[in-house]
Amino acid sequence: MLLGTAAALLSLTALTVAAARVNLGAASVAVALAIAAVKASLVALFFMHLKYEHRFHVVVLAGAVLFAVLFGTFVLFDTAQYQPDLRARQAAERARGR
Amino acid sequence: MATPAPRREAAGAHGSPFLAVQFEDMGAQLATGKLGIWLFLASEVLFFSGLFLAYAVYRAHHPELFRYASLFLDWRLGAANTAVLISSSLSAAWSVRSAQLGDRRGLSLSLAVTLALAAAFMVVKAFEYGHKLHNGVGWGTSCHPSPELIASLPAAARALAIPEHLGTFFSVYYLMTGLHGIHVVVGMGLYAWLLVRARRGDFGPGYYGPVDGVALYWHLVDMIWIFLFPLFYLI
Repeated sequence: MLLGTAAALLSLTALTVAAARVNLGAASVAVALAIAAVKASLVALFFMHLKYEHRFHVVVLAGAVLFAVLFGTFVLFDTAQYQPDLRARQAAERARGR
Repeated sequence: MATPAPRREAAGAHGSPFLAVQFEDMGAQLATGKLGIWLFLASEVLFFSGLFLAYAVYRAHHPELFRYASLFLDWRLGAANTAVLISSSLSAAWSVRSAQLGDRRGLSLSLAVTLALAAAFMVVKAFEYGHKLHNGVGWGTSCHPSPELIASLPAAARALAIPEHLGTFFSVYYLMTGLHGIHVVVGMGLYAWLLVRARRGDFGPGYYGPVDGVALYWHLVDMIWIFLFPLFYLI
């Protein structure tokens, strides 16, 4: 089981390298992150025994990931909101020769 | 394959010397320790999430900078280090298995292999950092890549002007890989400690909490690298 997990992780590493060398355009980020997520799940389920563990440990890890995602979503919304102002200010500063 | 925690094995009249006073038996001690480790790992996820978010924000607003700057990183070294860390995770998981089965030779061997692979990871990392710093690639405002380094980039990259905020990418790069590297160094210290204790014969089916806890921490460090590798080296 442990050896199989390691073999799967190494194959997925080769896959993500191969995927990055083919030009996938905008999808490349999504593909790389999806492969990384599968690898991380394999590590958690088999190396960290989460598959056979007390369910509460899954709740602890999933809870942390959930809050990290919420944190990220709101910060990205927020920074996207003031990005035009920021660019306008930079352009103005450049025009004033700073 | 994980076997369930051996309950009440070492408790009773001839209690284990490693049973802390506040616990009824070794099973309760193991379960409590494990929950503690998982809560610590949750805090680690949130700790790193701030840096992952810094990456996401800069990348969302400056995608061209990230595509250009990633050409400064050698994906072969990143891939080699990924393989090294995955192998070390395997030996870490193997150490837990050996301790549960009471295989002392296997335990010492797998702990030593984990420690050696962690050291190999840091050696590769040191070469990478050294090469970059030698060629003027620092972080923030101290990022001025040398002409020799620029000449070694792929032709498509050489044709482009050096972006204004290249140092911002390397600030994020050094902070994320640096914080990860600090975790690897801490892990090496923990594995050295486990190796000393294992050779003393502390661990077995009745007591393997520390081996399990350190392995869980080590797997999280591996998991973080699994994300760092494609984000910096590949895309």
